[in-house]
Amino acid sequence: MSEHHKMDAPDHARRLDDMAQGLIGTAMDRPDGPLKVSGTATYAHEWAVDNLCHGVLARATVPTGRVSDVAAQDILDRPGILAVITDRRLLRNPAQGGAGEAPVQDPSRIAYFGQPIALVVAETFEAARDAAASLRIDYEETEGTYRPEDAAFETPEDKQSSQGDLDAAMAQAAHSIDVTYTTPGHNSAAMEPHGAIASWDGDDLVLRGSYQMLKHNRKEIADSLGIDPANVRLLSPYVGGGFGSKLGIAPEAVAAALAARDLGRPVSVALSRQQVFETTMRRSETRQRIRLAADAEGRLTGIGHDAWVSNLPGETFAEPATQATPFLYGGENRQIGFHVARLNRTCAGSVRAPGEAVGVTVLENAMDELAEATGVDPVDLRRRNIPDTDPSTGKPFSSHTLRRALDDGATRFGWNQRQRPGTRREGDWLIGLGMACATRVNILAEARARVSLTADGRAVVETDMTDIGTGTYAILTQIAGEMLGLPLDRVTTRLGDTDLPPGSGSGGSMGASSTGSAVYLACRNLRAQIAARLDCAETDLTLKDGKAIAANKTTDLAGLSDGTLTAEGHIEPGKTREETRQATFGTFFTEVAVNAVTGETRVRRMQGTFAAGRILNHKTARSQCIGGMTFGIGMALTEELMHDPRDGHIVNRDLAEYHMPVNADVPQIDVVLLDERDDWASPIQAKGIGELSICGAGAAITNAIYNASGVRVRDYPASLDKILAGLDDGRG
Amino acid sequence: MQTRLHVNGTTHHLDIDPRTTLLDALRDHLRLTGSKKGCDHGQCGACTVLLNGRRINACLALACMHDHDEIITIEGLGGPDDLSPLQAAFVAHDGYQCGYCTPGQICSATAMLEEMADGWPSHVTDDLTGATKPDATEISERMSGNLCRCSAYPNIVDAILAVAAERTRA
Amino acid sequence: MKPFDYVRALGPGDATAAAGREGAAFIAGGTNLLDLMKLGVMTPSTLVDITHLHLDRVETTEDAGLRIGALVTNSDLANHAAVRRDYAVLSRALLAGASGQLRNKATTGGNLLQRTRCPYFYDTAMACNKRDPGSGCRAIGGVTRLHAILGASAHCIATHPSDMAVAMLALGAGVEVEGADGKRRVVALDDFYRLPGEWPDIETVLEPGDLITAVLLPPPPQGRQIYRKVRDRASYAFALASVAAVIRVDSGRIASAALAFGGIAPRPWRDGDAEAALIGEVPSREVFERAADILLADAQGQGGNEFKIDLTRRLLVSVLTEATEERT
Repeated sequence: MSEHHKMDAPDHARRLDDMAQGLIGTAMDRPDGPLKVSGTATYAHEWAVDNLCHGVLARATVPTGRVSDVAAQDILDRPGILAVITDRRLLRNPAQGGAGEAPVQDPSRIAYFGQPIALVVAETFEAARDAAASLRIDYEETEGTYRPEDAAFETPEDKQSSQGDLDAAMAQAAHSIDVTYTTPGHNSAAMEPHGAIASWDGDDLVLRGSYQMLKHNRKEIADSLGIDPANVRLLSPYVGGGFGSKLGIAPEAVAAALAARDLGRPVSVALSRQQVFETTMRRSETRQRIRLAADAEGRLTGIGHDAWVSNLPGETFAEPATQATPFLYGGENRQIGFHVARLNRTCAGSVRAPGEAVGVTVLENAMDELAEATGVDPVDLRRRNIPDTDPSTGKPFSSHTLRRALDDGATRFGWNQRQRPGTRREGDWLIGLGMACATRVNILAEARARVSLTADGRAVVETDMTDIGTGTYAILTQIAGEMLGLPLDRVTTRLGDTDLPPGSGSGGSMGASSTGSAVYLACRNLRAQIAARLDCAETDLTLKDGKAIAANKTTDLAGLSDGTLTAEGHIEPGKTREETRQATFGTFFTEVAVNAVTGETRVRRMQGTFAAGRILNHKTARSQCIGGMTFGIGMALTEELMHDPRDGHIVNRDLAEYHMPVNADVPQIDVVLLDERDDWASPIQAKGIGELSICGAGAAITNAIYNASGVRVRDYPASLDKILAGLDDGRG
Repeated sequence: MQTRLHVNGTTHHLDIDPRTTLLDALRDHLRLTGSKKGCDHGQCGACTVLLNGRRINACLALACMHDHDEIITIEGLGGPDDLSPLQAAFVAHDGYQCGYCTPGQICSATAMLEEMADGWPSHVTDDLTGATKPDATEISERMSGNLCRCSAYPNIVDAILAVAAERTRA
Repeated sequence: MKPFDYVRALGPGDATAAAGREGAAFIAGGTNLLDLMKLGVMTPSTLVDITHLHLDRVETTEDAGLRIGALVTNSDLANHAAVRRDYAVLSRALLAGASGQLRNKATTGGNLLQRTRCPYFYDTAMACNKRDPGSGCRAIGGVTRLHAILGASAHCIATHPSDMAVAMLALGAGVEVEGADGKRRVVALDDFYRLPGEWPDIETVLEPGDLITAVLLPPPPQGRQIYRKVRDRASYAFALASVAAVIRVDSGRIASAALAFGGIAPRPWRDGDAEAALIGEVPSREVFERAADILLADAQGQGGNEFKIDLTRRLLVSVLTEATEERT
């Protein structure tokens, strides 16, 4: 049985609220928890596969040019070396998120330093690593472009927009801000490096890998290899973090598949951490100019946002830094400019919340500068500029919670304790408070899921959806348990297998609401099947603790049917997407201490208040928010891909020198999730939450740094050297 | 070369390349994949195991150098149906998301609590010769050798604090 | 990682004999060596395992100093009661370095011989005179945030990454070395390291086959001991700059001053002239600034690390201020 729903109208019925099991929204522990904490959850590179051999990728040591020779024979003569794969189908770049087709292939043409060139396969990992490192590769080098400063920028027509007359608004404004900020490149740096184990059975490939969006990844693999997607099965039941880096397939997957085919035995390939930095997606560096025009009370009359980003030649992805600028604040004059440089650096792609992560951050810095210029409190300034409808299109918001988040956050945090910049000191430490707003566009994606109710009254949820730490196992279990009246221990969720119905995949914060809706629809269908057996209307049915209650009669779900009842749910986005502006909102408040001697910054307190429609699991949602805010700490203070100016290579390509926050960098973050239902977003009234909490978080910290020290760092990250440059001589 | 490893109370005899790290020996040869490879260079802590009771990075140890040592991995601390107090606390406090750094975090925390019980000071301890108390600041510093990109840090700290408090009561 | 022969030394004689082989290297904690071997930066053909040599004791010497065995781990040294009590600067420096896991493995001898974190040294695709003498220095003109402001040469601008050695230098430590001939000698730590000059690959005065057996500390110094480290995150990062200070104030004047610096030079840095400028003076900001002027007179930035000059000055003045302020 199939239950299809196109989101063409808001769902005011809110059926989940009628259910009786009491699972939905609770802070239920993850069902996958015991496996993860005992080390028994199986990640990509951990499957026990017989007769496995090991492949290691060899890298380009020039930034641009062509491979003239790979001295394969030199190492093939060594003991234990099985193959040197230089197949033209090897990937040069990973696939962009949702591509569903092969990314750029043919590694003999080199577009960036560190690009994979060949795969060396050996009986042991130790032999393969040594051989790959010593594989001699000859090049014909060509000139490339390695720095944004040296690049000509493209200005794609479809990415510019303008309404009103911003220049006039700026000229007439009582207060105006015209500032340029830069943000550096970032790496997702998921803790699990990309890895794959490929095995063939005839023409059928099984690839155990680390991916976020299996239904697309399957096509990407098939297209790269030149085979039918039906011959590809992907298994990713556990994924050690993604943050965008595993949206599309990466070089190790195709390399493993090609080698396994050649050798007729299973091959495993894992990227080293250095290779993760060099050959998986980077977030583009950005230069962003923000213009704000405001009246005497700080009401915006104009907003301008120009962004300059980069990618490799031929790549269509461009960090959409201006994505939230059309709708976050009011103002009748608005101009958006977007410019892309073609650089020979590692491919740019999605890193957690592409666009808003850096775009809202810079916009929120500019708002802080406007607050300073107007003398209006930063929270009040935001309140005054909340639009009633999308100011760019006039469409209504599906829901809008920014005002609530401002009120809640400011009160809980104690915003009224904020003092003038540079006036609060404890010993060597300058103390300051800062805030910023969060917003992220909301997306519903097509998704399918199958739910079965077995004869003994248990439910099995099945979809190729992934859980990359996001809590998918928990929330799909909760939705099914809630809808079918089953306690947690009678629901099993199976994920990460392309043999199962295609879910949405994890990315763009759409997984929970999209695949969750598919599970909801399947369960609604099952409820109807149950109701038919009990001869009642589905809406008159109460399901709780494994029992069905209808017309004052209680029936055990076990034994209700001789066989398994099955339904597939299928959700598609529809008209509600066009009719409303859908976004999530929130606020950040931070307290920082800036060392007056050294310029070091410590985040002492951080509070986030967020609304994202129905919260499906308060525990996992809160954890997602903490994670995003921590990305914000990294972005604000430490994270930066450093490229050599002469060849573009990533200099800090390991976890010792790419400084993601450690435990001591992160305070005991406080998260509040506002109760909300968004009927336009999905039939379960949920929106995405995984990325919202990074979108602007960094600005709350850099704004607090300004409040503490009077130093405005417009070149992220606000590392101590940049703060020092603005501090006095240390006398205090 | 022939070597042996004592892991989780069992002695294994291995014929391995001398270049094999303790981490790769555990994962690839003994199928104990609970110890994770996050960086392979001692920069993330995902491979943390206990060597004679002390936490170390298994990626920066050669298997053949540890034939006389007692090694405990996450699998030796507790299975899914038999969780150690720290493992259970990590579940209850959501001290993980993707789970990849988690075994290393838990091995690290297990040994770290012993270090604190033995009075080892840390970088943030005010008095080098005085007592240490398990508060969030101390635990954050002492757990900073275990990166978590999902950033369960505050929840990890809460989980460890809960277990530390239980131990104090006991 | 290149293949190697593994040799286990059961006595110092074994060790030095095996170390006589071409391309041999000692391994103890392995936390730096294995890191570098995996990347092909170091390629020993024989690894001599010295972890069974029983050099893991901390003992009081006849002159009431401390003899620290070369295999004492960073953790054991930082937590040793006498070190915590009498050599706090050393305990602090060790605890500011690396992580709990690494400190449990890393040894005293190994830490002294830690290689630079220069990312160009770490990447075999880059020219590096330290890794491959005569190949050039790709770091110059590149990303230089970590690099030296003092003591660099036209051939190498790398910094020494140790915290421990900085504190030991301020404490006036000596390095006990057993030569290939089995004889032991003591080298003052201040004489142990070489500046890069034309040959940055030669980092210490050790001869082939030499084995560090211990570090000797003089009797506990009087006065205030401070170790202050500045880095890019709150923990688990190498120093951008660090200062170890052992300062004694007597009758309102600075009676002794030992200062050592990390993260700013190719070796743990000490400047006798800067120290001399403090002796006999009444502590004041002017005096501290003068010492900083002397220390930094020849400081040279490389672009990305220019900030270290100002940072080191501020750090030094701050540490001296704390070290000399009246205790309440």
